[in-house]
Amino acid sequence: MTTNAPAKLSSILLASIFVLSVGVARADEPVMLSLTIKDHQFEPAEVHAPAGKPIAFTVKNLGSIAAEFESDTLHVEKVIPPGGEATVYVRPLAPGRYNFFDDFHHATKGSLVVP
Amino acid sequence: MLPSLVIVFREVFEAGLIVGIVMAVTSGVAGRGRWIAGGVAAGILGACAVAVFTGGLSQLCGGAGQELFNACILGFAVLMLGWHNVWMARHGRELAAEMRAAGEAVVDGSKSLAALAVVVTIAVLREGSEVALFLYGVAAAEGGASVGMLIGGVIGLILGSLVCLLTYLGLVTIPTRYLFGVTSTLIALLAAGMAAQAIAFLQQADILTAFDQTVWDTSWILSDESWLGRALHTLIGYVDQPTAMQLIVYAATLAAIIGLMKLFAVPPVQRPRTA
Repeated sequence: MTTNAPAKLSSILLASIFVLSVGVARADEPVMLSLTIKDHQFEPAEVHAPAGKPIAFTVKNLGSIAAEFESDTLHVEKVIPPGGEATVYVRPLAPGRYNFFDDFHHATKGSLVVP
Repeated sequence: MLPSLVIVFREVFEAGLIVGIVMAVTSGVAGRGRWIAGGVAAGILGACAVAVFTGGLSQLCGGAGQELFNACILGFAVLMLGWHNVWMARHGRELAAEMRAAGEAVVDGSKSLAALAVVVTIAVLREGSEVALFLYGVAAAEGGASVGMLIGGVIGLILGSLVCLLTYLGLVTIPTRYLFGVTSTLIALLAAGMAAQAIAFLQQADILTAFDQTVWDTSWILSDESWLGRALHTLIGYVDQPTAMQLIVYAATLAAIIGLMKLFAVPPVQRPRTA
């Protein structure tokens, strides 16, 4: 039977799309922004970055429980274990205010202002 | 109570949409209950493992472990969904004939069941690990699991499962002759959406930065933050501000699945039908 032929071919094709789309390097250096989460608050609660440049958030979780750094407008989500640190990269942005929060504790909020 | 209700409901809702579709796709196939239940159970175990090892996972690959893990399991789910659709294009007709012959009896389709059980596992694992981490956090903050948290979690679980049930019941009301077309389309869109989501994780980890410009912004019509936006994100991969690479991968995945389905489809056989 030809049962395996479609399986193999579809796997190879889909896998190659996936692999081909990875591994293209960036030219622009990202703007670094540092945040800490302590006592369910972002410090600082507001950060600034220029428009049109890639951004890298480094978030340190000083709390005793896991946090999830998340933003719908920045399209990022990342779990940060207690005592841990995570870096999250954001594509170049248009001017505006972008809110982020701790998905495990929604009162923990902050924003990024792009003038 | 309310935070755990909201979080548990949201995650179960997202996994439930996928499980509901898989249930509708496999209705009438022998042993599907066992496969799906097994998939859910494996997903819950996996979710707990991921939650426990989050610290270690995030430190892998220079801090990109979480993103790579998410991208890989999403990629794997895309393969399984694609494979299922191609398999159905090849054997769906036999399966349908067998179903008619067997009447209400169940038919054998264990191969595509295995692929879909993996998809269920991945969906439950992804959403479940967030629930586990969240509930663990609440319990740790309150010095132990509180009654309110548990009640909230259980209500969230029940409401979320209801979404799963409604998705299933909604889909199976579609007449059998259209059901295959509808579910194939749903699965292809689900796969394309997951592929685009995998790209978002790679972009977030700075592994993939090519074509990362935002192509359009429809957040003023339908925001990713809204419930409808979330549901459509899970179902068809809706994103209010997609990047060019996400769109390319979305289109390529859809094209690959449809192309392969056409390539391997059995030419229609004329046979007299007794209705």
